[in-house]
Amino acid sequence: MASGEPLVRLQGLRKTYNAGLPNAEEVLHGIDLSIQPGEFTALIGPSGSGKSTLLNSIGLLEGASGGSYHLSGRDVTDFNDDERTCARHAVLGFIFQFHHLLPAFTALENVMMPGLIGQRRGIGVGDSLRPATDLRARAATLLDAVGLSKAYDKKPQELSGGMQQRVAIARALVQEPQLVLADEPTGNLDTATSDSIFALLRRFNREFGTALLIVTHDPRLAARCDRIVELVDGRIASDRANTPALG
Amino acid sequence: MNALGFELTVALRFLREGRMQTALTIGGAGIGVAVIFFITAVLAGVQADLIRRVTGAQPHIVVKPPEETVAPLIAGGIELPRIFALQARPQRLTTIDGWQSLLQAVEQTKGVSAVAPVASGSALGIKGDASRSVILLGTELERYLRVVRLDDKVSSGVLQLGPGDALIGIELARDLGVVLGDRFRVQSAQGGSEVFRIRALLDLGSRELNRRYVYTDLRAAQSLLGIPGRVTNLDVSVLEMMKAEEVARRLRTQSGQLIEDWIQTNTFIFTAINNQNIMTTLIKVFISIVVVLGIASVLVVSVVQKRKEIGILRAVGATRQQMLRVFLWQGVIVGVAGALLGSALGFLLIVVFSHVLRDAEGRALFSLDYDIQLIGITVLAAAVLGLLSAALPARNAARLDPAQAIRG
Repeated sequence: MASGEPLVRLQGLRKTYNAGLPNAEEVLHGIDLSIQPGEFTALIGPSGSGKSTLLNSIGLLEGASGGSYHLSGRDVTDFNDDERTCARHAVLGFIFQFHHLLPAFTALENVMMPGLIGQRRGIGVGDSLRPATDLRARAATLLDAVGLSKAYDKKPQELSGGMQQRVAIARALVQEPQLVLADEPTGNLDTATSDSIFALLRRFNREFGTALLIVTHDPRLAARCDRIVELVDGRIASDRANTPALG
Repeated sequence: MNALGFELTVALRFLREGRMQTALTIGGAGIGVAVIFFITAVLAGVQADLIRRVTGAQPHIVVKPPEETVAPLIAGGIELPRIFALQARPQRLTTIDGWQSLLQAVEQTKGVSAVAPVASGSALGIKGDASRSVILLGTELERYLRVVRLDDKVSSGVLQLGPGDALIGIELARDLGVVLGDRFRVQSAQGGSEVFRIRALLDLGSRELNRRYVYTDLRAAQSLLGIPGRVTNLDVSVLEMMKAEEVARRLRTQSGQLIEDWIQTNTFIFTAINNQNIMTTLIKVFISIVVVLGIASVLVVSVVQKRKEIGILRAVGATRQQMLRVFLWQGVIVGVAGALLGSALGFLLIVVFSHVLRDAEGRALFSLDYDIQLIGITVLAAAVLGLLSAALPARNAARLDPAQAIRG
C-alpha cells in the first residue's frame, strides 16, 4: 500500500437491487468514504438507511452498481466473485450481529475456519500457506485473549451469547485482517456484556492496529468511537471525528 | 481437523451433524447397491447353470461334412413341366475326407482350444432282452476330454477307453439293467456288433443325454459303423464360449465343411441370456437412478438447511468452488458409504439365499466367491453416482449469495 493511501476509498459508490427490473431500488446513492488504517469508526443511521448494504459492499459480499471502490490500494470495483472472495479473505474480518458461528464445529475450530479455508489455496494478499500447527496455536492464543481459554472444545450452542460473540471476534482476527467489519456486534447482548465486547474490540484495535467499522444503533457505543459516520437514506449525512469520553 | 483440508472436513462435519438424514440416505443407497449385487450374483449363477446344463456334453463347435443335396436339373430356355416337389436325399452316414490334415488346420485356428476326431452314429444297446436305441460316439479320449469335460460328469467308475471299453449314461445303464463293470452289446444300423465293458457311468446333465450316449474308443466305433479309418465329425472347443460364433465363421471361410456352433444349435439359450442381460441392466440402471435421486433430494434439502452456514463460510473467505466441492464430497461420501454397506448387505443376501435358491440337482445356484474386484468397481461406480447426485445441490450451494444467506 502506498503511504497515505487509505485502506478503503469509496468514490460515488452506488448500489441498486434488482437492477433492470420494475422493482429496482437504489439503496446507496453515491457514497464517498475513506477509512484509514487503524481507524475506529462507528456507522450509525436509522433502520433502512443502507448501513448493512454499505457494510456488505465494503466487505465485498456484494458488488457495487456504480462508482468505484479501492481496497488496500487496489481497485476492486470490477472484481468477480472469486477475486472478491480472496480479497475478503486476505484483508477483511467479519463480526455479525447474531455471531453466526458454525454449530457443527467447536469454538477453536470456528476460529480456525478462515485459516483452514485458505490453507491449500495460497492466493491473495497475505494469504500465506501457514502450517496447520501454527493456525491452531494462533486460534488458541486468540481464544485466550478473548477470555475463553476453557471453551476450546465447546460447541457454539453450549456457549452464552456473549461468549459466542467473543468466538466470532477471535475468528474475525485470526487472519490478521487490516479491517474488521462489525454489524451490530452487541445488538442482542445486555449492557454489561456489550461493554466488555466493545472493550475487546477497542483493545485489538490498539494492540494490532486493526481498523474497525462498526454498525451500531447504540449511541452510547458510537460515542466511544474515534469517528462517527451517519447514513440517512443511502447518503452520508454527517461524518465527524469524535473524542471518546472513556476508552 | 486440518489434515483433510477444508472441503472434506466441512463435508464430513455437515454429514455428521445431519445424522438421521445421512443415515437414511446411506441406508437407501446401500439397499440399492445390495439389490444390484444380489441380482448380479443370482443371474451369473443361473446363466452358468443353464449353459452348463444345455451344452454340458456338447462341444462348442462341430465340424461336419457338407450335407448332400439334390439339385434340380433344369435346362435353361426350354419350357419344362413344373417341378412340384423335390425329394430330399436320405442323409447317409457321411464322413470327412482327409480329416487328419483338417484336424491340424482347425487346431491352429485362432480362438480354438482343442479338437477331437469323432465317429458317431446310431446303434442299439442290448443286454439280454432289453435293447435301447443309442448314440454311439467313438473318439480318442485324451483329445476328447480337452473338448468336453467328461471328467466332472463321472457318476461312478473311471474314465478309460481302451479297446472294448465303454462309458455310458446313467439312465441307459438303468434301462438296460447293467452296472459298472458289466458287459453289454452294441449293434449298429450297419450290421456290426460288439461287446463292451462299462468303465464309467456318466451324468451328462439331462435325462435325454443320459439315456442315449455310449462313448467308445474311436477304432471300435469306426468298425461298428462301417467307416474304418474315417470320422463323421470333428468336435471343437473354443477359448471363449460366447465368441463361438466368431470362431465358427473363421472356420467356415477356411474349410468346405459344415460348421455348427453351440449358439446356432441353442439359439434359444443365447437369446434368453441376452434378453436376461438386457433386463437386468435395465433394472440396475433404474435402481441407480433411484439412488441418485435419493441422494440428490436429501442434499438439496441440506443446502437449504445450511444456507446460513454456507453464507458464513463464504463471508469468511470460502470461494464458490470450495462450497461446490464441500457438497460434491458429501455426495461421494454418501455414495461410497452406501456401496460398502450395500456390498455387506448383498453378501448377507447371497449367504441367506444360497440356502434357498438351488438348481435342479439341489446344488446352490450361485457360489459365494465374493468378487473383490466387483466390490472395487461398485465402490467406484457409487462414488461417481454420488458425485452426479451432488452436482445440482452443490451448484445451488455455490450460487448462494452470501449477503442474502447471512441475512437469513
